[in-house]
Amino acid sequence: MTEHRGMLAGDRVYRVHWIPGSDTLIGVCHCGAERAAEDPIELWDWLLAHPDGHAARRPEPAPMRPEHAGAST
Amino acid sequence: MTFARNQWYVAAYGAEVGRDLLARTVLGEPLVFYRTESGQPVALADRCVHRRYPLSESRLDGDAIVCGYHGFTYDSTGGCIFVPGQQRIPRTARVAAYPVVEQDSFVWVWIGEKDRADPAAIPRAPWLVDPAYTTVCGMEPLEARYSLLVDNLMDLSHETYLHGGYIGTPEVANTPVTTEVDEEKGVIYVSRHMDDAECPPFYAKSTGIQGRITRWQDIEYHPPCLYLLHSRIAPQGHYPQPGGDDSEAFHAEIVYAITPSTENSTYDFWAVARDFAVDDESVSEFLRSSNRTVVMQDVTALNLLERVVAAEADGYQELSINIDTGGLAARRILARLTEQGRTGALR
Repeated sequence: MTEHRGMLAGDRVYRVHWIPGSDTLIGVCHCGAERAAEDPIELWDWLLAHPDGHAARRPEPAPMRPEHAGAST
Repeated sequence: MTFARNQWYVAAYGAEVGRDLLARTVLGEPLVFYRTESGQPVALADRCVHRRYPLSESRLDGDAIVCGYHGFTYDSTGGCIFVPGQQRIPRTARVAAYPVVEQDSFVWVWIGEKDRADPAAIPRAPWLVDPAYTTVCGMEPLEARYSLLVDNLMDLSHETYLHGGYIGTPEVANTPVTTEVDEEKGVIYVSRHMDDAECPPFYAKSTGIQGRITRWQDIEYHPPCLYLLHSRIAPQGHYPQPGGDDSEAFHAEIVYAITPSTENSTYDFWAVARDFAVDDESVSEFLRSSNRTVVMQDVTALNLLERVVAAEADGYQELSINIDTGGLAARRILARLTEQGRTGALR
């Protein structure tokens, strides 16, 4: 899901993409962590809890650029 | 109070503030606005310190307000310069003066601690005074809490149902959105880019486009007050050029200022600035009339909703779905700003 881009360019931007043709939302944290959900409240709760529950979703511990560091769930 | 204090709010259009006294209540605070003889907007507490008489029901004498009840007279800083029948002016004879800034056709007022008022923090709506754009605007008082208007504007899928025949088409409700929140700047952005969409009458008649369109709606909300909807309309298949040229599209900047008046009433400032048919008064009149109709459809719905919400028992459990993603983000930021305004924390 790392191809998602947005309009805001700050360092602490949370993004929620609604996948066309589906009911699925993909939340993308500024740290690069990603998560799928079908409930926006649940997704905001997870995003705004950063960093709680975010680091564990990174695919590997090696240093990576933030936009490439996410993992879909 | 469930308002975010220590924030700037639009209190009026600059054109409304002149040598007549204008009363506005912002965040529960009654204010009187006027313009000095040199043209500077002034906002004072709208209650005479003596017996609370509304200064807005008084008169100007030069740059001073003479209370219409007993003649207490205040200068533009709120200081009392005359009391009736005696020489001594009591030390406490003063009304509060509020920081005001006139910008982008609006008069903004700071509600909160005066020493924290930073004019540079006021979000911009430059199209409203840009000679390359033509603007129509208005303000409708809403008998509903401001949060209902925020909900309304953050989720434009309601256009399909509430504003069908004006700005709503099936594609609005059917097209997924992307929502972004910049935590540091406190900005929420909601994008809905529609392809091969029906052109609603609002844009068909104003642009002259016949047939299907590419329609982009990009919301940029600067809580608590300023809401921008960047609306891009183009014949189907026309997109901005790689170099940025977008001259084949029609652009409308839809601006709302959402200003809480009391707990259950709101000022709904609206403006439509366009970069097409800028000299065509018939287009201006059509957009003015059509947009006011759309706003009044919202006003009717939200006034009804306010009565429902006000009458219900505490603890009603709403249901939120995907279309509410942006509105939920706005609620969270507004709650944070409200808390910060209450505790005095910096934004």
